[in-house]
Amino acid sequence: MIGGRWSPGIVLTTVAMVGIALGVPQVVDQFGLLQLTVFAAMCILALSLGFVWGYGGILCFGQSAFFGLGGYTYAVTAINVGESTLATILAVVVPAVFAALLGYFMFYGRLSDVYLGVITLSVTLIFFNLMNSTAGDAYRVGKARLNGFNGMPSLPTLNVPGDPGRLLDPAETFYLVMAFLVIVYVGLHGLLASHFGRVVVAIRENETRCELLGYDVRLHKLLVFTIGGGIAGLAGCLFANWGAFVSPNVFSLTMTSQIIIWVIVGGLGTLLGPIIGCLIMQYLATTLGTQQLANTNLIFGIIFLAFVLLVPRGIVPSLRRLGARAVGPARVRDLA
Amino acid sequence: MDLAAVLMLEVLNGIATLVLISVGLAIIFGMMRVINLAHGEFLMLGGYAAIVATNHGVNIWVAMLVMAPLVVGVIGVIAERLIIRVLYGRMIDTLLATWGLSLFFVGIVTTIFGNTVAGIGAPLGSVGVGRYNISVYRLVLVGLAAAILAVIFIVLRRTRLGLIARGTMENPNMAAALGVSPPRVYATTFGVGAALTGLAGGLLAPISGVLPTVGAAYVAKAFITVISGGTAILAGTAAASTLFGSVNQLLTYFTTPVIGEAGLLAAAILLLRVLPHGITGKLFRGSL
Repeated sequence: MIGGRWSPGIVLTTVAMVGIALGVPQVVDQFGLLQLTVFAAMCILALSLGFVWGYGGILCFGQSAFFGLGGYTYAVTAINVGESTLATILAVVVPAVFAALLGYFMFYGRLSDVYLGVITLSVTLIFFNLMNSTAGDAYRVGKARLNGFNGMPSLPTLNVPGDPGRLLDPAETFYLVMAFLVIVYVGLHGLLASHFGRVVVAIRENETRCELLGYDVRLHKLLVFTIGGGIAGLAGCLFANWGAFVSPNVFSLTMTSQIIIWVIVGGLGTLLGPIIGCLIMQYLATTLGTQQLANTNLIFGIIFLAFVLLVPRGIVPSLRRLGARAVGPARVRDLA
Repeated sequence: MDLAAVLMLEVLNGIATLVLISVGLAIIFGMMRVINLAHGEFLMLGGYAAIVATNHGVNIWVAMLVMAPLVVGVIGVIAERLIIRVLYGRMIDTLLATWGLSLFFVGIVTTIFGNTVAGIGAPLGSVGVGRYNISVYRLVLVGLAAAILAVIFIVLRRTRLGLIARGTMENPNMAAALGVSPPRVYATTFGVGAALTGLAGGLLAPISGVLPTVGAAYVAKAFITVISGGTAILAGTAAASTLFGSVNQLLTYFTTPVIGEAGLLAAAILLLRVLPHGITGKLFRGSL
């Protein structure tokens, strides 16, 4: 799967995800289910960067800015409106609009990769500082107090649209998050299979050539960035929902680096890779978090370095390459 | 009048701080084109080196001016040998690897010193300006920032070492043909950049205190300053520091520190929209 062909692998992955979504609530306990819900929400976040970076060629260090913005938008709207439908929609729209605005300055200013990375990184850090400094009664949006570094606790969680009294239970939330994950995964593959997707990949491969062929490189990049921002916002909304809590930590450097690590570990230029990378690293982070032996940052740093230096392609593309070698070159494209 | 003087000093201080935190990066990123995302952690390590040395009875000036650059310079050379060297010319990979390195440093320092703020008192006390008291150390810092820029300028412009470094960055193959060893020049230049960063970290330690994650506060600002400065690393860094330092401090004075930071970023994004190649892409071209 390089540009945008539907392959058996995509269908297989989709079927597997639907299977997990339907089967898991029958076999795991409540705690496991909650854990898997947050993993799935994070997978959506991983997909957003996997799309923006892996296919759009835009190295964005600010994915957590959109993620956090989505979470905060949901929190503020849900508290004010008391119903989650509008909040969920806004949690996608607001980060997307912000991404569009930021993207306009970056892409129409024709900044290079490296500058993009630095600008998006600083935007994230500014959000982190800004939200941390909103402690006190003065900082409120309508009924919602922002609470600075303490975060916003006991948010209203998702309800059945139109019926604020009927909240989703953990199993229903899990179904919903998995549904979003499948929609985003399939939707992104659909997008990549379209004319637009092919142009996006072509731009990643050779920007100048695309420009000379008459495509508007800046506009395509801007759209990719905006879509990525919206998806990250959705993930942020689901994350805020999961714990009924959102704090400035969603903007932190740890968060940002996690997203990058997921994509690096899983593999650039695939959509399955970021999901796999996210699952592995989330599992590892959860396990490491419960022990006192070594600092999580330390271990993540080492894994990060090891992958960049030793497995720069990431797990999924490397395995695919191995698989391709085993079955012969003719079948390479069928292994999604 | 007193207020104007104090405000003026605040602005100068903001500029000096930006010069200090970016000057090492101006060498590593501006000259060598190595994206070092562990830059903030180099500053953090410099701060810890100065604090640990001072707490062990070393004179505070020796700790800040000698120990900090020495320790971080050595760490820089080791990092260059082990990691950066493999990745020259692969910008994105360098960026990711140094990010990993930065996480590693944060992790290891947290393990050793714990996640708390460490600090040392600023030397030299304070003097009165009318109704206000200002710290002498902050004044000294402004002078030191200017001196550091001057020394780098002289070394790069007037000495054989600087000539070799500039030549090698310009055309490594030609330099090699003339008998210079580019790998050694790269390692030395990176080490000098790291040492300058460590020096800055040490000098800033008495003012801002140090904690393992302090690097994050510096790295973005440093990159913004160097990028906005453009191709002429010294003139660019000085010009960008002046602009952003003033914006930051004035906004901080009239509103809050966070608005000041946001204003700095907004100024940088607007600037890069108008001058994509930085300040020295248009003005002061051909300077150093």
